[in-house]
Amino acid sequence: MNGFHWDWAFTWEVFPMILTAAKVTLLATLLGSIFAIVMGLVFALLRRSNSRTLRISIYWVVEFIRSTPLLVQIFFLYYVMPEFGISMSPLATGVFALGLHYGAYLSEVFRSGIDGIEKGQWEAARALNLTIVDTYKDIVLPQAIRPMIPATGNYIIAMFKETPQLSAITLLEMLQMAKIIGSENFRYLEPFTLVGILYLVFSLLAAYGIHQVERRFPKEGFSLK
Amino acid sequence: MSAPIIEFKNVKKCFGETVIFSDFNFKVEENEIVSIIGPSGSGKSTLLRILMTLEGIDGGYINVAGESLWHMPWQGQYVPANSKHLHKMRNHLGMVFQHFNLFPHMTVKRNITEAPMRVKGVSRAEAEEFADKLLQLVGLADKADSYPNDLSGGQKQRVGIARALAMKPSILLLDEITSALDPELVDEVLDVIRNLVKEESFTMLLVTHEMYFAREISDRVCFFDKGAIVEEGEPEAIFTQPKEERTKAFLNAYIGQ
Repeated sequence: MNGFHWDWAFTWEVFPMILTAAKVTLLATLLGSIFAIVMGLVFALLRRSNSRTLRISIYWVVEFIRSTPLLVQIFFLYYVMPEFGISMSPLATGVFALGLHYGAYLSEVFRSGIDGIEKGQWEAARALNLTIVDTYKDIVLPQAIRPMIPATGNYIIAMFKETPQLSAITLLEMLQMAKIIGSENFRYLEPFTLVGILYLVFSLLAAYGIHQVERRFPKEGFSLK
Repeated sequence: MSAPIIEFKNVKKCFGETVIFSDFNFKVEENEIVSIIGPSGSGKSTLLRILMTLEGIDGGYINVAGESLWHMPWQGQYVPANSKHLHKMRNHLGMVFQHFNLFPHMTVKRNITEAPMRVKGVSRAEAEEFADKLLQLVGLADKADSYPNDLSGGQKQRVGIARALAMKPSILLLDEITSALDPELVDEVLDVIRNLVKEESFTMLLVTHEMYFAREISDRVCFFDKGAIVEEGEPEAIFTQPKEERTKAFLNAYIGQ
């Protein structure tokens, strides 16, 4: 029953190492989120293109990404792409895979947010002769962003909790670090518990932050100066 | 006689299987004020929406200010207009909507200055100076920094009028601009149009259910039904001596109300 004894000395010894790995997890999440938001927006806008071919192509790209496991995509990018001359570091692969995978999900969030803008807003923008870029930038997105915040936040938190999958391509994130510490010391309880607690703390903080952002956002949208 | 500023030639417009206009012809002279009246679904608003390029056409031609609206010359023939051509043509037109369609995230002043700055490249100072004049004109000088949601329906519509005027259109399209207002707010909006007509020369097309206003302000009244002009003429003639039975029935129904 030795394994269930909590060793505080060991805990404090490994905590800095887990925290160092947490930085990698957070970095992958941060960069992955930025990439996912950009890709989501690109997919969403292309889904509204006038070109039927483009709309259908993007629909199938999004469906393909959403319907295949993230781990398969990570493996494909890390192990298969080098055969085509495209080779990336584990972190870059992770960011790319997370961004692409969650970008596909976020595209649906963004699409429904944009679709939620009243037809009259589009018509007013057109009647005032605003370009399509100005219409999106100044009229549509400032109003559409607030309703998108909760779902976007949920996907970013989900992405954060999926980062352990990047251990499969040797990225030294929190879970990978805990595994290494456990196997080297034959003690898994403390490192895995620490990882679990850190995931919980970061997720709760992110959820609180997202709620605050949403609360502070004007209901009618914001205006870019 | 100069060419009409707006001319519909054999225009066809359908929504799916429903034909709104088939072989529709219509002209408006420069600085003419034309009121379009008629029952719901007769194509009145569609006419304005086609002019504002919010709806396309399925046949025929429309000229605005001497140029084809929905077509453009290319290699000696007319082809469907591209977005650049439509952008150029929209500079002639301004529209005020039934449901205002103000941008809720922008102040009143920003609603008015946004398009002139973005589209016409007017400086902020110049756009704001003109916006102040327009707000004065519509009686909302004290609401420049308010947001649309803080305004009454009548005030919102007056901002809508100022916003359309800010682009200095030569043709103003008013689409049932009082229909969404409480009765006591209607006059404050109509007064703005009355003052505007006194001070400026405009070509104006208004779709309205305010018969007394149409009679007072228009040079010509057109009675629409089922996508066709059943009767048109000077307001007095239309309102006091309509010739067509359909017009009489429609006006009687309104007077009865």
